[in-house]
This record gives sequence, structure tokens and C-alpha cells, in this order.
Amino acid sequence: MTCDAPAPAAAPETTQWRSYGPKRRSTRALRVRTSAALVAATVLAVLLVPPLVQLDQQAVDLAAKLRPPSFQHPFGTDDVGRDLLLRCVYGLRVSLLVGVAAALTATVVGTAVGAAAGALGGWADRALMRVVDTFSSVPHLLLGIFIVAMFRPGVWPVVISVALTHWLSTARIVRAEVLSLRSRPYIDAAVSGGASRWRVAVRHLLPAVLPQAALAAVLMVPHAMWHESALSFLGLGLPTHTASLGTLIQTARGSLLAGQWWPTLFPGLFLIVPTLAIAGLAGAWRERIHPRHRSELML
Amino acid sequence: MARLAGRRALFAVPVLLVVTFGVFAIAAASPFDPVKAYAGTAALGADQQTLDRLRENLGVDQPFAARWWHWLTSALTGDLGHSSVMRQPVAQVIGERLVWSALLCAVAFAAAVLVGTLLGVLAARRPGSAVDRTVTSLAYTLEAAPVFWIALLAIWLFALQWDVLPAGGLTDTGSEQVTFGQVTSHLALPAGVLAVSQLPWFTLYVRQGVGDALAEDPVRGARARGLSERTVLLGHALRSGLLPVLTLIGSRVPELITGALLVESVFSWPGIAAATVEAATAVDFPLLAALTTLATAAVLAGNLLADLLYGLFDPRVKLSDM
Repeated sequence: MTCDAPAPAAAPETTQWRSYGPKRRSTRALRVRTSAALVAATVLAVLLVPPLVQLDQQAVDLAAKLRPPSFQHPFGTDDVGRDLLLRCVYGLRVSLLVGVAAALTATVVGTAVGAAAGALGGWADRALMRVVDTFSSVPHLLLGIFIVAMFRPGVWPVVISVALTHWLSTARIVRAEVLSLRSRPYIDAAVSGGASRWRVAVRHLLPAVLPQAALAAVLMVPHAMWHESALSFLGLGLPTHTASLGTLIQTARGSLLAGQWWPTLFPGLFLIVPTLAIAGLAGAWRERIHPRHRSELML
Repeated sequence: MARLAGRRALFAVPVLLVVTFGVFAIAAASPFDPVKAYAGTAALGADQQTLDRLRENLGVDQPFAARWWHWLTSALTGDLGHSSVMRQPVAQVIGERLVWSALLCAVAFAAAVLVGTLLGVLAARRPGSAVDRTVTSLAYTLEAAPVFWIALLAIWLFALQWDVLPAGGLTDTGSEQVTFGQVTSHLALPAGVLAVSQLPWFTLYVRQGVGDALAEDPVRGARARGLSERTVLLGHALRSGLLPVLTLIGSRVPELITGALLVESVFSWPGIAAATVEAATAVDFPLLAALTTLATAAVLAGNLLADLLYGLFDPRVKLSDM
């Protein structure tokens, strides 16, 4: 999903899409700062709250069940009286962990396949890219559903199913990058200097594609989190007692039909805000590596 | 054009073969045991001899490649096996439900294209304006929001708070017949939510395409000739700006299927996407295998459509070159 960034400054009467006025620069700085602050807040909350706060996310208080948001419980309580703010933080922790694990696995696989296809060329390239095409012909969530259904829901099937459906874009990006690098003079120099294929790939090609692969990995984390919550929401992801953003929304369905909106609303917001923040940061990062490209927010 | 379609269809055959083979391979590698799934709790008390006989009867004592071949050959004659969760032949499940899924997706997609084009053009006309910023940030937020979450909030708002639309199903409970009015009112919420989930992508692409087109020379020339804003927008900017969007429509099928999987299960819509989720929850392998293959075929058909549209709408592209 690509498109250009919001708010390019425009002269009043003409359509100027590529102007870099001071106004645009300031909105961009604001966007980057907000995104950075939100990502930092997310990471800090996820890392620090569980060890530092001596509160039990599983503490049941039936006398205080389904309380609307208040000063004591900023997000309200769920159907057995557990504090939703605490559950959301723990849920974000699990979802983020699954997302990062899946994104890392997918990036390693995608980089390896893409680099191999680009560096080897010929029939190996065609064969590997056919594999990529075949994989992308199955809708990702459906493949995930199928794998999880066959291997029984749990953390590892979810991580593997998300990783298995997300390495394709990385493989395509890395292959394209390697293909464009192969014709550079320094690669020719290395080859004529007697460097082996392996050495060229590992010493010269891989380091050059790493920034692109890292960017793809960062952008994949929200995607992977989305996937995990969709699977968990369908009852095919993590077990319901493990708070993840998806299981939280799934358990909230019952109380939603009884009219309580808060157990549904807040876990969703916990998914949206980090997604937008990471997309904003990644857009800024891309602008730094490719300053001539227009900033693109990817979701 | 016929040649391109034929070539693409030829490419689709090996892909479908590989996908079905992969489906059987994954099932063979998984701890899933068809005999236990078939016998249910009865398998707990059964002796080994009975289980072995059952295994032989079901044909699952053979290697998975042989089972795959058997499935494939009988699938070509229309026999896709028996769905245990629906208690019907798989072909019948698909036949009964496909039409409802198609209806939902078609209505949602049409709504998303219409509203997305409208919003995108509105935003592109004045880049950086309040309208543009509102539309863009709304699009990004909606793109980041999980569709099942939007669906639940929509149920809360429209079915519970305002009580204007039913919360799910195809008809009212207790109603005997499927009437047009009932289906329309039950379709409104799921189709609306599915449309909202597809909307951001269209809006942002149209905004970019039309925005770029508005900054190009033909538009400047048209303005200089004193043509009305309406002619400039509809005749010049929209025609070239919508081209990339139109051609990408076919490639949105995977996202549409993903959205339908979630929306149909939230709204208990009796389509094949909801059946997929039910089949997965109950580990109903025959149904799941058939629906995965069907979805893959739909994606491949969408890709073909994208290529054909590209050739139809862009006179610069010659289909024979593709």
C-alpha cells in the first residue's frame, strides 16, 4: 500500500506537487517527532510496565465487572472485572512479540531467496520467482488460516504462518535491488579481482541491500501484528486466556452485543496507533535513503 | 487478447496444481489425523484394528501424493468430497454459498470504487487543503484499523445504539423466505464495512493519480485554452489519472477475500468465506482444501482481469507485447 504523504504545500492557484516549502518541512518534522514519540511510548510501555508495575493482569474482580472507563480504570474493566488498560498493554506485548518474531523470520527468508535469485540469475532466478508468484496467488490470511487449522492454534503456528506469507515482498525488493547492483563497477571489479560468487554475494551485495531489507522488516511488523490479531480474532490464533490484541477483541464481542463498547474500542486503538506511528517513521527513513523519491507512507 | 488470456490460463494450471499439492503436503506434515477427525470421540474407545480398518476405508493409509492425485481426479469430475462440519457434499456447500459471497463482494467493491474515486478527486483538486488533509488522514487511519474491529463498532453503532440495521445473518430470524427487502437491509452493514476496508486504498491511489495528472502539461494546456474546470477534470485529469487505478482493480482480489473472511464471520453472512473459517475451526479438510483452491483460482482470475483491463483502457499498451 503506497501513496504519497499528506500535506504537500501548495501555491493557491496551481497544483504544485513537488515543492518543498518551509510549511511542508515543518509538518514533516512534526509527523516524524509524533511518530517517534508514539513508537518510543509503545516500546517503553511494553518493556517496562510488566516488570515495574506490580499489578496482575489476570486479577479477576467480579464486583467490578464491565465498569465504563473511569479514573480508577482508564479503559474500564472487562466481563470478569480485569483492568482493560493493563490487559491491553499485555496484549500489545504479546502481539508485538509475535509480530517482531514473524517479521524477522520473514525478512531472513525473503532476503536469502531474493539475494539468491538476483545473484544466481538464469533458471534459478526464474524458478525462485515462480515460487514467489505461486505463494502470492493464495490470499495470505487464508493460507494462515489453513496452516493454523492444520497445526492447531498456538504461538508457533501463528508466527510461522505469518512469516510464510510475508517473505514474498521482501524477496521481490531484495532481488530487484541485487539486480540493479550487479551492473555496478565495484561488483565488476570484485569479479575481475577473482572474488568467488559467494564472496561477491556476502561481502558486496548483501551489505548494500540490508538498508532496504531492514526497512521492509520494520514495515512488516504492523502487518504481522494485524495478521496475528485477525487469526486470534477468528479463534485460530493464540488461546483466549493469553491476552493479545486479537483475543481481547474476540472476548469483547460478547459484551459488545450487550452494549458495552469499551472492551472492543481500546484494543483496536492499540493496534492502530503503533501502525500509523511505525508507518510515519518508515516514511521518513525512506526519504533519507532516497531523498529524491517523494515520501511514501506504506501500510 | 484471446492469446494473452489463453497464456495466462495456461500459467494458472500449474499454479493451481502446485497449490493443491502444497495443501495436501501441509496436511500430511501436520499432526492432523483424518481418522480421529472422522470418528470424533468414538476414536477414544476404539481398538487399533477398527482404527486401521477405518484408515483403509477412508483411503488415508496411502501416501499423501496418492491421496492428492485421487482428490484431483475426482475434483475434475465434480466430486470434491464430503464436508463434515456442514454435513453436505463440498460442491453443494460451495454452490449454495458462492452467490451470497459474490453479492457481498460485488456490492462492497462497487461502493468502494465509487466513494474512493469521489474522495480521491476531491482531495487531489486542492492538495494541502483542509479537505485533502482530512481525506488523507482518514484514509490512513482506516487502512491501519483492523476490519473486524470496524465491523464490531459498526454493529454497536447501527444495530445496538440506533437500531436501524440488523446485526447479522441473511434474513430476520424466524423468517421463512429470502426476500429482496430483507437481504438488502441485512446486506447494508457487512457490505458497508467491507467497502470501508477497501476504500482507503482507492482513495489514496485516485488522489495520487489524479493529482499527478492535474500537474501535467495536457491539463495546463487545457486550462490555457480556457476550457471549463469540469472539462479539464473529467476529460483530461480523470482519464489519465484513473488509468493506473482501473488496471489495478483486478489485483485487489486477495485483499477482498481477506476482508470477506473477517466480515462474513463477524456478520454471520452465509457465504463461502464464513464457511472457510468454520471449516478451519472444525478442521474440515475436504472443505478447506476446496475453498483454498477456489480462492487461488479467484486471485489468478483477478490478475488476468487486471492485465486485460490494462490493454483495454490504455491504447499505448499492445496486448501482444505482454
